[in-house]
Amino acid sequence: MTAAPLVALVGNPNAGKSALFNALTGARQKVGNYPGVTVERHSGKLTLPDGRIVDLVDLPGAYSLEPSSPDERVTRDVVTGTQTGERLPDALVVVVDASNLDNHLRFALQLIALGLPVVVALNMFDLAERDGLTLDPLKLSAELGVPVVPTVAVRRRGLDELKILLGGIVDADAAIRLRPSNHAIGEDIVTLQRRARKIAQAATVEEAPARRWGNALDSVALHPVLGVLLLFVILFVMFQAVFFAGAAPAEAIASVFDAVSGLVKDVMPDSVLRSLITDGIIAGVGAVVKFLPQILIMFLFILVLEASGYMVRAAFLMDRVMASVGLSGRAFIPLLSSFACAVPGIMSTRTIDDEKDRLTTILVAPLMTCSARLPVYTLVIGALIPNTKVLPFVGLQGLVMLGLYIMGVVGAFVVAFVLRRTVTKGASSGFMMEMPKYQLPRVRDLAIGLWSRAEIFLKRAGTTIAFTTIVLWALLSFPKPPEGSPVSPVNYSVAGRIANTIEPAFRPIGFNRDIVLALIPAMAAREVAVAALGTVYAIDTAGEQSETKMAQTLHTRWSLPTALAFLMWFVFAPQCISTIAVTRRETNGWKWPAFMVGYLFALAYIAAGAAYWAAIGFGL
Amino acid sequence: MDILRSMKLSTPESLSLESLPQRRQATVAAIDWSHLSTPEARRLRELGFDEGVGVEVLHRASLGKGPIACRIGRMTVALRRAVAGAILVSPVTQ
Repeated sequence: MTAAPLVALVGNPNAGKSALFNALTGARQKVGNYPGVTVERHSGKLTLPDGRIVDLVDLPGAYSLEPSSPDERVTRDVVTGTQTGERLPDALVVVVDASNLDNHLRFALQLIALGLPVVVALNMFDLAERDGLTLDPLKLSAELGVPVVPTVAVRRRGLDELKILLGGIVDADAAIRLRPSNHAIGEDIVTLQRRARKIAQAATVEEAPARRWGNALDSVALHPVLGVLLLFVILFVMFQAVFFAGAAPAEAIASVFDAVSGLVKDVMPDSVLRSLITDGIIAGVGAVVKFLPQILIMFLFILVLEASGYMVRAAFLMDRVMASVGLSGRAFIPLLSSFACAVPGIMSTRTIDDEKDRLTTILVAPLMTCSARLPVYTLVIGALIPNTKVLPFVGLQGLVMLGLYIMGVVGAFVVAFVLRRTVTKGASSGFMMEMPKYQLPRVRDLAIGLWSRAEIFLKRAGTTIAFTTIVLWALLSFPKPPEGSPVSPVNYSVAGRIANTIEPAFRPIGFNRDIVLALIPAMAAREVAVAALGTVYAIDTAGEQSETKMAQTLHTRWSLPTALAFLMWFVFAPQCISTIAVTRRETNGWKWPAFMVGYLFALAYIAAGAAYWAAIGFGL
Repeated sequence: MDILRSMKLSTPESLSLESLPQRRQATVAAIDWSHLSTPEARRLRELGFDEGVGVEVLHRASLGKGPIACRIGRMTVALRRAVAGAILVSPVTQ
């Protein structure tokens, strides 16, 4: 049997490729990974007018066949047939921005020269017209020697014509060969650029001076004062939405997991298996899945900011601050995402082309206060920080929470500054970015983006996180103490013994044995610490009342210095297996995740100890 | 390099993109590649910087050393000042 023909969508960044991909494949798409690299592979199915099914793959945007980032490398390797895990495409759809032809045609010329069958999609044709450009697609087609079709992906215009043209060039029986001497790859970029400009000129019937309707917006968005103010308002609204709008659905999800757990307890007799299902799998997976609403809200904001073209403006505003510690404005986007979760944050560092810049950003990303720390902070602050007002409307508890967030950000900047002068030393990579046109994000594209994020997150919760929680459950449950033993089951278990062994090492920073014990399962995910403390204190954590009861227990058993030390520990400690795993994947080895874990634990230990002894010194 | 220097001298109007007044139309006169790293030079080429292309400074991030946003061809591009300093432009006489 022959596989369906493979067609690759390829073009410059900001050519509207993804919108075209969404319009062509609809919901029939999936997100995977190319083997060995963490570049996402977006693929979907497309039905041609003659009924044939075609596999469509959306390649990362690139400026040329000379890659300067892992993303661009994948694009080059796929179109030249050298990417492992991907066959050579049977045809290419080269997407160009109609209003930016002189630039986008250069890459198109390189791609056409490869010798694969090509259709050029003259995308965002409507925006070009609005900008006062009149183009002649037939002339362009004659100049390039390949079919050209004007498209408006977001309005689904030109899609049928594109499919018809594609049907004409995709021939499953033809043996596709790359042209042996693909001279254009080696051709000087300047020569190509000039040729592209000449062709663009020939295809342009009329050109009004570039009308910059986005310019007025930029006068505010990029303004040294107003722009920064706007950015902070946006960030403020985003965090408010994440923490307040996300809280109710998170509780709802948690109660569903509780209900399922209760149901299992009702129908199953008390056994090791029941404990595995309820205490291990349901409790562990539930603790992570309940963050889905908050993470999705965070992603929604990030997707909107990206799709609208604002994200690059934010990077522009932040570049100077980032440059002061040796990073570039580009690092702002991954670090911002890391407030939701460091895993997608670290994954989005792929757009940073400089290797050392990227590595530094990955290494400091876990210092951004992710949403998983929130339940831990809430519990401990609620239990031990007095609920007094420092100023009207400014509570001490809220102030401590804010302080912890700021601590993380300041920590990240200091660490980046030190790393860029030591471990990841090197010339600053600079900051050079195309600023895309402002666009109204399409609900459909946002929905598809959100859905694929949710899918990835749930898949991970169902595999990696489920597995680690089972292991941790086993460590906490076995071996069982003999009948009538005065030792509690937790104390008797492997985890309890580990905690007893390493506890002396934590005594100098004010941690008691219960905390050390809670830290072990919290290695899987930080929020598990709350559940673990509950188990350690043998409190039934079902229902609201127990939360208050647990806060009371903490209040009586922990001193304020211990609580502060515990909070400081959570600001820095790398308590998250997923982050370590994604760092290993993104840096291709264990060296950097090992370094990251080491320095973060060292920082956590020092910061917790400093907080503990300072608090004691102040007589708290 | 000699061409560059002579150009600087021969056209008093020629100045760098960094010091080009905002909204003043200009064309790229020359690019001092010796001040740019190889990846920087390549990215600059890829973004369309080439002799003779129309260029204009649109925005500056801050009064100090922040990046600048400029129009090159029909595209808007953000650059750091050091890079902009290596791009020599001649203002279009109006």
